[in-house]
Amino acid sequence: MKDFSEDHAPRQHWLGLMAKAPMGRVATLLDETVTRPAFTWLRAPEVGSTMVRARAGATGSPFNLGEVTVTRCALTLATGEVGHAYVQGRSKADAEAVAMVDALMQTTAATTLQVQVLDVLDAEQAAKRDARAAKAAATKVDFFTMVRGED
Amino acid sequence: MYVAVKGGERAIENAHAWLAEERRGDTSVAELGVAQIREQLALAVNRVMAEGSLYDPDLAALAIKQARGDLIEAIFLIRAYRTTLPRFGASLPVDTGKMACDRRISATFKDLPGGQVLGPTFDYTHRLLDFKLAADGEAPKAATREAVHGDVPHVTDFLNHEGLIEEAVHDDTTPPDLTREPLEMPAERALRLQALTRADEGFTLGMAYSTQRGYARNHAFVGELRIGAVPVEMDIPELGFSVEIGEVTLTECETVNQFTGSKSEPPQFTRGYGLVFGQTERKAISMALVDRALRWEELGEDNEGAPAQDAEFVLYHADNIQATGFLEHIKLPHYVDFQAELELVRKLREEAGANRVPEAAE
Repeated sequence: MKDFSEDHAPRQHWLGLMAKAPMGRVATLLDETVTRPAFTWLRAPEVGSTMVRARAGATGSPFNLGEVTVTRCALTLATGEVGHAYVQGRSKADAEAVAMVDALMQTTAATTLQVQVLDVLDAEQAAKRDARAAKAAATKVDFFTMVRGED
Repeated sequence: MYVAVKGGERAIENAHAWLAEERRGDTSVAELGVAQIREQLALAVNRVMAEGSLYDPDLAALAIKQARGDLIEAIFLIRAYRTTLPRFGASLPVDTGKMACDRRISATFKDLPGGQVLGPTFDYTHRLLDFKLAADGEAPKAATREAVHGDVPHVTDFLNHEGLIEEAVHDDTTPPDLTREPLEMPAERALRLQALTRADEGFTLGMAYSTQRGYARNHAFVGELRIGAVPVEMDIPELGFSVEIGEVTLTECETVNQFTGSKSEPPQFTRGYGLVFGQTERKAISMALVDRALRWEELGEDNEGAPAQDAEFVLYHADNIQATGFLEHIKLPHYVDFQAELELVRKLREEAGANRVPEAAE
């Protein structure tokens, strides 16, 4: 990860976790946990794109692979905390929920949200990843050598 | 004389209304939902995302429905939509070494670390129509086995240890972008790869096949083919650090090609590279073969005059939206152009005396 430091690491992690959540999931978990506080838009939700880059031969020079849809927004709580969201897809409601959690993670609500939103997402994504990996593992070829009839 | 002609509005309106009715088809048959297309016609969705050059499965599924299953029309819709989106920036280059692989095979190394993982493949099926699919049945279930976690190394890394394969040397130059600047020749490799990854699958397949049949033959083996999800990470200026903004499924193909050496390069294996949005195996392999053929100049190979070596020919004809746009425009009204042609032919015939009544055969 670029510019990875102790300070950024947790925020980097939760923003990434929420960006990869299924549609509507962050909002559902957020609303089950807290009542959303008042906020003002710093940047209202906006749908756009990001150019995905890759490297020739996986490790060589970068090239442009194609774009992905992204929704972003930023909001400020009445208490001053700023929340950001950059989320794959075109769901403005998802971006809003992510920015709200991001802002609330800078408040005293952080501990509760960690347990009831972020840890839940983490577990769900791990389970989904593991389920897929287990299906892939079942398609792994076990080669064996036939007994050769040379004597 | 120039004559402006009007009067098609009502016909066009009614044609579009009929199109909508035909799209829906027999109303006694249940309407197809966009989510059904996304889930059950996933490989069509993947192709539309790859050639539409926009990763968004829901949009691609919608485009397929709107286009009545005409994938090039669906790609056209996605390309048109794409131009309406503001560009927030570019991601860091994705790391395919960190891919969560659904499939990962090598045709060159049987016992590669991590193993040969077949994934959800059509390979080894008998290609017999399965009439069970035409009847309602229970949802099938995949087998599972305990998985080993961790990154899956690329196969080419093993050959690198011996120095037997050319290295893809890391650099961080900003690549050119053909969606921003017109594609111009000579095209560097980064530009060629961008054009190829969104190129028409059929065209790319045909070009790749031509190299196998002997037009700029480069003896390709699939060193590795992998399909799976990778995170997309982007620098966020307002935060001052990078964040994963989502995840895309990609198909990556690395070919290992025989190379006997040239004036500038020692004998070693060379590489072709294919990387495409979605599970798009045929396209990724084709891309790798064409990429390799187009590298003849930098590797000091002979120009055999083969179509697949001609970057201008390949890249200017690979885009199915450009191609179909120019091809299909000739069916639109050309009355005035044609009137001029008609006049010309009549005049030439007159000059050639061709307007005489032909004599009856004896």
